[in-house]
Amino acid sequence: MKTLVSWLRFAWTTLTSMRTALVLLAVLGVAAMPGSLLPQRPTSPVGVSDYLKAHPDVGPWLDRLGFFDVFGSAWFAAIYLLLFISLIGCILPRTAGYLREVRSQPSPAPGKLTRLPGHASAVVETDAAAVLDAAEAHLRARGYRVRRDAESISAERGYLRETGNLVFHICLVTMLIGLAWGSLFQFRGTAIVVEGQAFSNTLTQYDDFGSGAAFRSTQLSPFTIRLDSFDVRFETGPVQTGAAREFNAHVRVSQPGQDDTTASLQVNAPLQLGGDQVSLLGHGYAPVVTVKDGKGDVAFSGPVVFLPQDANFRSEGVVKAPDARPERLAFQGVFLPTAVSGGASGMVSAFPDALNPELLLNVWSGPPKQETGAPENVYALDTTGLTQLKDDQGNPVSVALTPGTGFKLPDGKGSITFDGWKRWTKLQVSTTPGGWLVLGSVMLAVLGMALSLTVKPRRLFVRVSAGPSLDPVGTSAPTTVSVAGLDRVDGRGGLAGEVEALATACGIAATLSPTEDEEER
Amino acid sequence: MSAYYSSLAMVTSAVLYLLAMTLHAAEWASARTAVTVAEPELATVGAGASQRPAPPASERPARSPRTEAFGRAGLAITMIAAATHVAGVVLRGIAAERAPWGNMYEFITTSLAIAVIVYLVLALKFGMRWLGLPVTLLLTIGQGLAVTVFYVAVSDLMPALHSVWFVIHIIAAATAGAAFNIGAIAAILYLVRTRAEARGDVRGYLARIPSAETLDRVSYRFHAFAFPLWTFTIAAGAIWAQYAWGRFWGWDPKETWSLVTWIIYAVYLHARATAGWKGRRAAVVAIIGLASFWFNFIGINLLVSGLHSYAGI
Repeated sequence: MKTLVSWLRFAWTTLTSMRTALVLLAVLGVAAMPGSLLPQRPTSPVGVSDYLKAHPDVGPWLDRLGFFDVFGSAWFAAIYLLLFISLIGCILPRTAGYLREVRSQPSPAPGKLTRLPGHASAVVETDAAAVLDAAEAHLRARGYRVRRDAESISAERGYLRETGNLVFHICLVTMLIGLAWGSLFQFRGTAIVVEGQAFSNTLTQYDDFGSGAAFRSTQLSPFTIRLDSFDVRFETGPVQTGAAREFNAHVRVSQPGQDDTTASLQVNAPLQLGGDQVSLLGHGYAPVVTVKDGKGDVAFSGPVVFLPQDANFRSEGVVKAPDARPERLAFQGVFLPTAVSGGASGMVSAFPDALNPELLLNVWSGPPKQETGAPENVYALDTTGLTQLKDDQGNPVSVALTPGTGFKLPDGKGSITFDGWKRWTKLQVSTTPGGWLVLGSVMLAVLGMALSLTVKPRRLFVRVSAGPSLDPVGTSAPTTVSVAGLDRVDGRGGLAGEVEALATACGIAATLSPTEDEEER
Repeated sequence: MSAYYSSLAMVTSAVLYLLAMTLHAAEWASARTAVTVAEPELATVGAGASQRPAPPASERPARSPRTEAFGRAGLAITMIAAATHVAGVVLRGIAAERAPWGNMYEFITTSLAIAVIVYLVLALKFGMRWLGLPVTLLLTIGQGLAVTVFYVAVSDLMPALHSVWFVIHIIAAATAGAAFNIGAIAAILYLVRTRAEARGDVRGYLARIPSAETLDRVSYRFHAFAFPLWTFTIAAGAIWAQYAWGRFWGWDPKETWSLVTWIIYAVYLHARATAGWKGRRAAVVAIIGLASFWFNFIGINLLVSGLHSYAGI
């Protein structure tokens, strides 16, 4: 039992020692590095699978060790939790000690001031009490806390340094609490909204949704956001041609119990709706098509979201017409906003804006499928039960359409027309619970850090004693006055000057050698 | 038009920095013949005045006129270079009709402009001309890389940069970067000087730079200034990220390396106050911190794709 207690005590002292904290900090820094150099699942799942394919030897091992989700891994959490325990173990006794120090007087002046780095002494023809009075007034005027004893004064200032230090470290802990709180209750979801369409803030409308363990769907603020139009402007000049220059989504917002409002949603100007933030994350093209089936009925009509594949928005997508009869139809292909011939690689897009839009499609058909209700990827075509349409020569039918044109499928299977195109935006809805705690903590922490790095803690002392008489027949009592100063933290200058000023206040002249640091000036 | 003059001024400043560096190198080369000076112990400690003899003026070797002339010329050329450099940054801003901090080229030229201004103040007001050689070396390499590798023509900003935080976040980063660089130079000089002091062989250039203790203190002051500013840079970036991307922290490579850099400098500040770590080890940590800062700037911008891909190269 005793050994266990002593072992625990040993573990605690080791954990809370400065050296351990230093090592943990360094380890945390090193541990964060792979998270920026290897692809990470939460931000780039495709990158991870590409990496695994490219490195079949080390990939699986890295995966097992959590290197593809470093910041969610157990070992990363272990490092920072240990660090914060160590930090708390360091803060608590220091805070207690600091409170004691603040409430008590400065400790008495040392007996021999000559041992201190900056000191001076002389004999004056003044009463000892008068010297101490003058010194005390001088020190108090300069913001020192003064302790006066019979023959000495001890003064201290710079308490704010340790205040700042403690505030900084305590704020790190409250920041972590804010982060933990946030990760429990947060949610973040994205939805693609085409011009003219609307998004209602319910779980079913999200394309992609993630949330913390304590999230409840009732947290979602009830609102509907309708995308009226989306303006985008690209660089047309010779420098950085094609780079985005302006995004502006014109939206109409409906909230229960309120009139509809119009708003402009931009990259750096998210909307606050209820407790949720709506941000503009991306955009793309949705070609508008009409598909008629073999019987001449409209089997599908409307915009279809195509996903951009490169900087010039070559976009891929699938048009599905499962209700087409007698055979269901599907089209797979690319949308090129500015189509140009790319030589061997066929048609490519040369510019991100829709200057010369073209839709290139392959066609598939097959017998009608039983409606199962199973979820299906809208961006990919499952070709089971479908066959690709071929022309007379046996080559796959390839449809190239410009807006307003159409194509009649062979064998009377139907037709497709490319009516035009619309833009879509990717909206992100998120909350940051605990964000105010994190922000407040960080702001206070910076303030505390600035204090702890700039305030100069300094102690000054005066000691008086009956001195040797200068004038054998003199009437006043001679006094030996010693003054000295001490800096508690190195890296500070100006001590000599303050000791000199104190000496002058005490009626003695002193010229101290400045530290070499001040010589530099 | 101002874009053309901006580029001209930047290239000119890079050449002038090279010239200034050569002059400082000549200064220190000509100082090699200077007498060895025993380091009096008293010089490093603020010992009491009463017992201490007046510090002998010969603690630092008297500068030979030739050495002095080289040094002054180096400083003068640096001043001219700094003027053209600052003019280049300002003209760039005029040409772009915005704060000139939109890409790597603009960031590095601004950060170096801050560094050279700080150095000139130190050299002219505080007699710290001994920083001349390493600082002009840094400026030559930095400006040289800027005008050759990082250069991009003036263009508008991408929508993600249209924010008031663009100004706040980046000027804080540029200023902190300048201070970290000068702090690391002092840390490197500290290591060199400590080694020489330990061997009892302090001469030439090393006899002219301050004692190891002072170098350590100078280095600390720059880091103590830069560290809160760097913390603020990260915090301002997080606030901006909340506006732009709907989350304040997402482990983007740039964010991650900013934190790694922050952690290394936190280690430095703690190490300086820890027995067994202060001195050489702390200085090494500071230099690692700068390496991390530069990797975050160059490596992450060019090698890793992330949300901070603004290099435009």
